[in-house]
Amino acid sequence: MNEGSKKTIKTLCFAVVGMFTFSFALVPLYNVFCEITGLNGKIELSATNDKNIEFDNGRDISIQFVSHNNEEMPWAFRPSEDNIQIKTGKYHTATFYVKNTTNRRMVAQAIPSVAPSNAAAHLKKLECFCFEQQELAPGEEALLPVRLIFDNELPSSINSVVLSYTIFDVTDYNDVEFTQHHNDDHHADHEMEPSI
Amino acid sequence: MSAVIESHNHDDHHHGPAKGLTRWLYTTNHKDIGTLYLWFSFAMFLIGGAMAMVIRAELFQPGMQIVEPEFYNQMLTLHGLIMVFGAVMPAFVGLANWLVPMMVGAPDMALPRMNNLSFWILPFAFFVLLSSLFMEGGAPNFGWTFYAPLSTTYAPPSVTFFIFSVHIMGASSIMGSINVIVTIMNMRAPGMTLMKMPLFVWSWLITAYLLIAVMPVLAGAVTMMLMDIHFGTSFFNAAGGGDPVLFQHIFWFFGHPEVYIMILPAFGIASHIIETFSRKQLFGYASMVWAMASIAILSFVVWAHHMFTVGLPLAAELFFMWATMLIAVPTGVKVFNWVTTMFKGSITYETPMLFAIAFVVLFTIGGFSGLMLAITPADFQYHDTYFVVAHFHYVLVPGSIFSIMAAVYYWIPKWTGNMYDERLGKLHFWLSFIGVNVTFFPQHWIGLAGMPRRIPDYALQFADWNMISSVGAFLFGASQILFLFIVVKTVMGGKKATPEVWEGSRGLEWTVESPAPYHTFTTPPKVN
Repeated sequence: MNEGSKKTIKTLCFAVVGMFTFSFALVPLYNVFCEITGLNGKIELSATNDKNIEFDNGRDISIQFVSHNNEEMPWAFRPSEDNIQIKTGKYHTATFYVKNTTNRRMVAQAIPSVAPSNAAAHLKKLECFCFEQQELAPGEEALLPVRLIFDNELPSSINSVVLSYTIFDVTDYNDVEFTQHHNDDHHADHEMEPSI
Repeated sequence: MSAVIESHNHDDHHHGPAKGLTRWLYTTNHKDIGTLYLWFSFAMFLIGGAMAMVIRAELFQPGMQIVEPEFYNQMLTLHGLIMVFGAVMPAFVGLANWLVPMMVGAPDMALPRMNNLSFWILPFAFFVLLSSLFMEGGAPNFGWTFYAPLSTTYAPPSVTFFIFSVHIMGASSIMGSINVIVTIMNMRAPGMTLMKMPLFVWSWLITAYLLIAVMPVLAGAVTMMLMDIHFGTSFFNAAGGGDPVLFQHIFWFFGHPEVYIMILPAFGIASHIIETFSRKQLFGYASMVWAMASIAILSFVVWAHHMFTVGLPLAAELFFMWATMLIAVPTGVKVFNWVTTMFKGSITYETPMLFAIAFVVLFTIGGFSGLMLAITPADFQYHDTYFVVAHFHYVLVPGSIFSIMAAVYYWIPKWTGNMYDERLGKLHFWLSFIGVNVTFFPQHWIGLAGMPRRIPDYALQFADWNMISSVGAFLFGASQILFLFIVVKTVMGGKKATPEVWEGSRGLEWTVESPAPYHTFTTPPKVN
């Protein structure tokens, strides 16, 4: 085999390995892309660093809270209030009622989503039950808090925002990596918040 | 193309094929491996076709008649996977094995042992895939696109075997492509510059680069599925912070170039056949090359047109709509070039030419329905209906499959030394042509009328056209048995073929005798 062939083979093997790596790189790329553009209604699953972003001159908007149970998740899960009127630039606390209706200990994870998706970038959370997994004993119930703020840059075309949570049963694999990671980061923040 | 052969090696018999089964097991000869690939893909074509017959039989009438819905889904999934990865792709690899070395004047493929390996792992891949039919929970039932979480959280246990078989298929394709590229880039006869290469070689060079780029992405996608299912990761699981839509992005980043992988070699084949039977030089050689290259490059930036309805932002919908429509330009260049080649040519209508002309006409119809699907607002109506089924079957059956059949009729005299039976060949063509149109044309209408794809039962108003469609499918299916008969008959004997076989044939492969000797071009020919 001549030198040219060897070189071509080497280049092609690098290309194959490179593309395989690229397919995995697509995962973080996709998440970063969604986060920057606010597409997909994705919001960061961690508390905002800036605790003093309160502004004056906020305007009135309404938030609708929606709760979903993922397939076969038996817990009762609903917002305490379906609809609240708030001002942008001001913190608000809302709560969700949750109850483990089964007779076994279960772990749940709530995943948020915002519609319209271009509101997602303007929603900051100081505290949210979605930052960590919820473990409830049989029959145990709880009120889960979310403390949030919409900044004043929220596009003026948006007067109403839907904040939706889907609750998933994660009992079977309850040390999902990313939650652990968030616990480490934000444990201190949660300690300081009043518990409900 | 004009070629001067400096020395023929016809009488050189010191390396004839070995005898018996081990000839095929151990062979490193590109012609043997090409034959293996072609027979394997034919077998898969018949198996995948039998599954299509089950599907059409169930859809012959509304209501559930023959199979359970679960089994219907398995048939649907395996039909797609087998036809894409088992029939069309290996058939093109087989043609590449037979033809690329002869067309560029090389003695064999660059990596003959790897060539043997890349073929012989394929039967295992499909054995694993097909064996899942007999496993508890049945075969994969989530469609050939295997969207997560349908293929992860809700998949039958056999999904792991499916993942394993996709890995093997991918490895085979990657090895095959490396072989093709190295052969073309380094083993061309002296004087054969890139822009003198036959178009089939060009089409395969571009296809092989596409395969190198996207098969590893497919491997990555199924690896992520494997990890989600067995190792507790959450790539596509929303509960763990993953995203099911991400799966679709990754899949179609592979999937759209894959579509062109299945059609570019067909472009090469059609160019050769139309040139030969028009007895004219192909019109616009350079533009054909550039058109294929542009189609290949554009194929990487149009993937989300499969996902218009997942909730993309407006800017993305517009971008992917326009980028998709842009592909019509180079494709149009190719179609016009073929038509111009035929214009004022001394055309004769032998079987390969009939298949090639049908390819141009019917592939163009498939292209037009593709343009309709590219219109984002309209796609919301067409998405996941039979209109989509009609579209991609028009580009794959009378597109890819017809081109493969055309290639078999065109080159089989060179492979076997015998002419096929022209009368039977024409009969096969007309049965296939009528069958394919009766099957798939009505699906445009029932799709526009709202019949969803991938369902075993349907509303009553679709009954008539579904019955007609099924009748067409049975006709098409049965006529492939005739094809098998014709091929076997030609292998067994027939009128002896001359070296050039066709009156207007051009290219190095027609300068060696028919059948092509076991070893050709051990001394490179000189190309002017």
